[in-house]
Amino acid sequence: MCTVCGCDTPHHHPGHDHGHDHHDDHHDHGSSRMIQVERDILAHNDGHAARNRAVFAERGILALNLVSSPGSGKTTLLCRTVEALKARMPVAVIEGDQQTSFDAERIRATGAPAFQINTGKGCHLDAHMIESALARLRPEEDSVLFIENVGNLVCPAAFDLGEAAKVAILSVTEGEDKPLKYPHMFQAASLMVLNKTDLLPHLDFDVDACVAHARRVNPSITVLMLSARTGDGLDPWLEWIAERRRHTLAHRAESLEAKLAAVRATMDSSG
Amino acid sequence: MHEMSLTESVVRILEGEAARHGFSRVKLVRLEIGELSHVDPESILFCFGAVAGRSPLTSGAEMKIVRAPGQAHCLDCGDTVPLADRLAPCPRCGGARLVITGGEEMRVKEMEVE
Ligand SMILES: Nc1nc2c(ncn2[C@@H]2O[C@H](COP(=O)(O)OP(=O)(O)OP(=O)(O)O)[C@@H](O)[C@H]2O)c(=O)[nH]1
Ligand SMILES: [Mg+2]
Ligand SMILES: [Zn+2]
Ligand SMILES: [Zn+2]
Repeated sequence: MCTVCGCDTPHHHPGHDHGHDHHDDHHDHGSSRMIQVERDILAHNDGHAARNRAVFAERGILALNLVSSPGSGKTTLLCRTVEALKARMPVAVIEGDQQTSFDAERIRATGAPAFQINTGKGCHLDAHMIESALARLRPEEDSVLFIENVGNLVCPAAFDLGEAAKVAILSVTEGEDKPLKYPHMFQAASLMVLNKTDLLPHLDFDVDACVAHARRVNPSITVLMLSARTGDGLDPWLEWIAERRRHTLAHRAESLEAKLAAVRATMDSSG
Repeated sequence: MHEMSLTESVVRILEGEAARHGFSRVKLVRLEIGELSHVDPESILFCFGAVAGRSPLTSGAEMKIVRAPGQAHCLDCGDTVPLADRLAPCPRCGGARLVITGGEEMRVKEMEVE
């Protein structure tokens, strides 16, 4: 059983499955002995993440992990996004905050199902929290699931939740140097959304420098600029989501077709 | 501070090993933390000091951390090069297209138990 999360599920440890029965690993030092362990510290989280990823693939769910510092506009962007998408596709939201369920309430007010995780002292969501939240929230098949991580540009970078992509939101009030100061986060993200562009006229934020910094830590990162307040620039973001979703659905269709073909083959051969 | 949850993961790994190998006390645990990983070894040592005392298995255990050096494959000159900082250019040719091949590991290597 895990002592931290209390779960009883078996965890696999990717890439570290060498046998633990090799007694030649032990060297005697009097009453004490050395044991070779060679286990990845994140193996437990990564095992849960792999299970979440399998659930998402099986059910055709596009899961996006939104990461940023506190107050960059994640919830504001999500409320607007849910409003814009809900007529076109099923959407659901998992909210992560240390305290309060304010953000989940803001999402529910838009009409989308939302589940609030409170991490207490924890500074990030982990894959096991998401697994438990999924059991409660039960996002629809072929839906888009947004996961709003705890506002923190450091810790959430380390914890794979099983998502298809991390989206880093950076508001222009935070300064263009953030991708260089928090390289792990911008390296882990597939997309950087520069938010609060309505404020640009009042600031000396250097957009080109910011994009160059982001590309320096992650040459393949996509960059979009928008204002969650005014809705300016929202369409390319909605299109980015729709494109990722088509990809997720294409994979699901492919695996369903393979399953169908297997059933047909069994049917044919059973005469 | 995610070093605390990582340290708790280390303790969980030790508990799993104790169940598997049948030992009751860890005297020493050696971690490998890559120089390019996102954790601060000092902070892990600090957290372990705070967490170890909670369980008889780890109470009084010493932790040692070995640093795995950063290493990358340079797409420009084709060499494998040492890398001290993930944003640094290739020390051989100055190229910026580097694929990190070492220094990101975070592993429990070995332990001394009784
Ligand atoms: N001017 C402007 N303000 C914005 C924009 N987006 C969000 N805000 C404001 O920024 C503040 C924080 O927004 P939230 O959406 O709560 O930010 P968050 O990232 O969810 O915050 P946490 O969950 O606490 O980390 C609020 O006062 C929003 O109204 C924007 O595009 N322009
Ligand atoms: Mg929020
Ligand atoms: Zn943290
Ligand atoms: Zn080179």
